[in-house]
Amino acid sequence: MDTRHKILILDDDPAILDLYKEWLSQLPSKPEIQISTTGARAMALLESEPFRVLISDLKMPKMDGLQVLSIVRRRFPELRTVVMTGVEDEEFRSRAYALGVDLFWLKPDTHQNMQMFLECLESLLGRDAENGFRGIQNKSLMDILQMECLSQSSTVFRITRGSLVGKIWILNGDLIDAETEGARGEVAFRRILEWKSGTFETLPSEPDRERTITKSINALLLEAAQAIDEISSPVPGESTEESDHRKTVWRLATLTREGGEWVVSLPNDAAAQAEGWGTQSANEFAGWMRYAAEAVKNLGEKIEAGPWSHIQAQNIERKIILLPSKNKSVLVAWPPTANSSDILEQSKKLVSSWDS
Amino acid sequence: MGLLNLFAKSRPALQRLPSGSMTVDREGFIVTSTVASSYPGELLVEIAEAVLGLFQEARKAQLPLSEFRIHFASLHITAREARGGAIIFLSPAVPVTLS
Repeated sequence: MDTRHKILILDDDPAILDLYKEWLSQLPSKPEIQISTTGARAMALLESEPFRVLISDLKMPKMDGLQVLSIVRRRFPELRTVVMTGVEDEEFRSRAYALGVDLFWLKPDTHQNMQMFLECLESLLGRDAENGFRGIQNKSLMDILQMECLSQSSTVFRITRGSLVGKIWILNGDLIDAETEGARGEVAFRRILEWKSGTFETLPSEPDRERTITKSINALLLEAAQAIDEISSPVPGESTEESDHRKTVWRLATLTREGGEWVVSLPNDAAAQAEGWGTQSANEFAGWMRYAAEAVKNLGEKIEAGPWSHIQAQNIERKIILLPSKNKSVLVAWPPTANSSDILEQSKKLVSSWDS
Repeated sequence: MGLLNLFAKSRPALQRLPSGSMTVDREGFIVTSTVASSYPGELLVEIAEAVLGLFQEARKAQLPLSEFRIHFASLHITAREARGGAIIFLSPAVPVTLS
């Protein structure tokens, strides 16, 4: 049985189709290539057999590429979609990404560009759905940024993860600025890259945006990748204890950076142990967390006040927030000088960033 | 008419949310209250006991609290510790209205 992936190429120019077919035959995974000169025939082919990737031109008579892609996205959500176009237009790019295409590529004009395209395509063929940013499935934010910079585009990414929001500015393929939660420049860029998943949208470019980042995108991505690897992957020869220690250090650094004092996390599983960062009294505090969660839940049911979202408390030494969630509850402590109206959102953001 | 009423389906009574304030002593007795008298007294006692329990357990956990606010979907309970007892404020959440 032939287990090769199938790629369907859609372009109204038969000569281009022949050229693509030849190029794609160089892919290491040797996929089966089929071609179509019309959107209608492409749809018929997609209905009749499973394809892994659809590569579509944008400008075509009758049914244009965007129309095809919008239908395909709904009817074949598993299908990877690639736009290959000669139209260098930001609006088309934005619309294509908004439709959820995996890759938007200008028709290659150099051998190097072609090679990069083939590498991206091979990667697209090989990956299965796990983590990734909705809008471009199966790609990390790093992949998306690399592609944007390689294609020399100018755009602004708005990235959201839970209550965290970040923006990254790219101008003519250069990363020029980033911003998230009060941080700007490289610091903000690194924080955003720590998010493993989320949603993003592309906004029109802002050519007048002040440049705060001068390092190359590749250098920054490399640094960020190393930092993330150090946190998430065990270093060869490193014990579990050492790895946990590194994660603790990273979390404490985040806590300090945000201005928090300590955090206690308590899994909802009664047998599970509480974890504390910045405090030696995690178990004692966890006892109160358990009691409070149970008492408040029962009270809410009795007085018919609905579910509880959080408890905010204080004494002369600190302010605290108890946040319940599906799998765990988290108690975050802030200094007494912290603004009471801000610490709920700050606590949520902190927890989101730790979980990301 | 009385016969018809006999077969009429009984509707669950809609519980009003408490609004106002009360003070409770360290034993959980309600000393003063501005909550409407139509609100069931036993539920006010439940609130008072829950509030005192939260303060007491916090002290046991070496996390003494002077004040806390519980955010329910439709009610906020603010409690201030007062010599082992508490002053409790009950504020139904105001629905957001679009102007």
